[in-house]
Amino acid sequence: MYRYDEFDRAFVAERVAQFRDQVARRLAGEISEEQFKPLRLQNGVYLQLHSYMLRIAIPYGTLSSRQMRALAGIGRRFDKGYGHFTTRQNLQYHWPALVDVPDILAALAEVEMHCIQTSGNCIRNVTADHFAGVAADEICDPRPYAEILRQWSSLHPEFLFLPRKFKVAVTGAPSDRAALRFHDIGYEVKRDASGALGFAVFVGGGMGRTPMIARKLRDFLPEADLLAYTEAILRVYNLHGRRDNKYKARLKILVHEAGPEAIREEIEAEFAAIREGVLRLPDEEVRRIAAYFAPPAYARRPARSAAFEAALAADPAFARWAKNNVAPHKVAGHAIATISLKPVGGVPGDATADQMETVADLAERYSFGEIRVSHEQNLVLPHVARDDLPALHRALADAGLATANAGLATDIVACPGLDYCTLANARSIPIAQRIAGRLADAARQQAVGPLKIRISGCINACGHHHAGHIGILGVDRKGEEFYQITLGGSGAEDAAIGEIVGRGFSGEEVVGAVEAIVDTYVAKRAGPSESFLAAYRRLGPAPFKEALYGAA
Amino acid sequence: MPKPVLRVVTANRLADGRVVFLAGAGWTRAIGAASLLSDPQAEAAALARAEADAAADRVVDVYAVEVVREAAEIVPVRLRERIRLTGPTAGNSVAPSAPRAS
Ligand code: SF4
Repeated sequence: MYRYDEFDRAFVAERVAQFRDQVARRLAGEISEEQFKPLRLQNGVYLQLHSYMLRIAIPYGTLSSRQMRALAGIGRRFDKGYGHFTTRQNLQYHWPALVDVPDILAALAEVEMHCIQTSGNCIRNVTADHFAGVAADEICDPRPYAEILRQWSSLHPEFLFLPRKFKVAVTGAPSDRAALRFHDIGYEVKRDASGALGFAVFVGGGMGRTPMIARKLRDFLPEADLLAYTEAILRVYNLHGRRDNKYKARLKILVHEAGPEAIREEIEAEFAAIREGVLRLPDEEVRRIAAYFAPPAYARRPARSAAFEAALAADPAFARWAKNNVAPHKVAGHAIATISLKPVGGVPGDATADQMETVADLAERYSFGEIRVSHEQNLVLPHVARDDLPALHRALADAGLATANAGLATDIVACPGLDYCTLANARSIPIAQRIAGRLADAARQQAVGPLKIRISGCINACGHHHAGHIGILGVDRKGEEFYQITLGGSGAEDAAIGEIVGRGFSGEEVVGAVEAIVDTYVAKRAGPSESFLAAYRRLGPAPFKEALYGAA
Repeated sequence: MPKPVLRVVTANRLADGRVVFLAGAGWTRAIGAASLLSDPQAEAAALARAEADAAADRVVDVYAVEVVREAAEIVPVRLRERIRLTGPTAGNSVAPSAPRAS
């Protein structure tokens, strides 16, 4: 895994000291809230409904056991004994006191973590495929590029005051597990006909009030041009992005208003001017960074595991978990295990300090001390020997972490919503809990198959409702919580923005409405192998409208 | 007869962000102890006092909240304020409970 160098370490320590001083001056009344607010936001500190909130960057969603233990310790000591994993592969503490934040930042710095650029109009934490480096379908681990982008974008003086926030994601496989096409820039690592590495470049995607699917600006950008091209995009955006209207300030609006062709021309012109300059990536530097992400020393194992197959046959709970939560690995005899943070009745993305420690221990025992955070608010152990899967499953079950629903109807993504967030119109978490409760039957979930239900408490879309097969958006209707349903969204390589199915539902009605949609899909699909998305695309909204609102 | 709508002034405590309400003697965590404001003059005076406390760096985000009296309880009218008062409705992963009374 990537380790801080001397420069990173000194820099983060300096930032902690700086913020400690700023907090002390704020508490002593030497600086006003107006002066302090931008400073605290630059350090990831928000004020929410009940308390402050601290957002911690988990670069490209990769964590070590040591880091996970530190997060657990902070949760126990300074929060209420838990943390919340978000759709941005971040961790949020929802109850820290401002007076404690400098100590929390110091504790984070000890394990090479921080909160820099988790807020504000800058380049945010770079996200990546949570199966990076291990997915069976991967061309190349995208994380070295994410790390290069992270280093380049950290406090890049030209891009600290952008018109609006800016999000970059990278993947290294044709299947998009990082919602690439909903980011300001998405890079998909690929090889050209000669076998050379480079990227397909997607630009101008985003969710929020005006959801847009990114446009492909280039089919292939050579590896060495990564930073020059990124800088060219940022420059064009920084120059032309609107600063007069916060709702029109994202790159997606610029791409939409100016047109992708005009934007492409400007970016290419800027790129041509800087391409041969200092930003050209030397091959040795890429290989040096890539070495940090070298695969662990896997033992040579046969592709088939007798222990695994015996457990499949003997234990139905294990078989269900293996079917849903275990994904194929690049290396024979190994697997990727998803730890669902979506127990029925739980809070999507929450993990207790005890659970975090259990995951840290299990990662050490079974996954070379490495953990991933997915943008679907789950955790992943990326390097598990198939022989170890039964023992891992038993240990997870003991910790309440063996929910066998990854990718199924109860694996619901939900933002904090009105239970925590000052911007919310309506609650998300209780809706997720009630829908999960309604659809909880294991056999039924299995029969329904892959289904992505996504819930946001307001139009900012932190719960990715636009990309949900079934999306739910909380709105405020005359002081009452109300929920609008969209259908047919996708955050994968077949990205689509969900379409509003009709008038919204009260908090009471929405659970039944979702169930009616699911039942309609099951009744009308061509067969069990036709996914919800495929069926919706074939059938259109009509049968769902009829189920929800009766015949027109 | 609809219950008369009163107001209380609320804020978040600067040092730890916890929700507080303006009372005669200062700020309190208990809405039942808050000053109930029944007319615009009283509200304006309370807000002025609260803003002075914000300027003196004791609290942040001062505003007035509509409440009604239900039996012996003071209850905010809007759901958002009820959640601010009693904590997340969905519990958290530790225990579905109200926020710690600090
Ligand atoms: S979608 Fe809205 S309610 Fe949900 S976390 Fe984001 S800003 Fe808050």
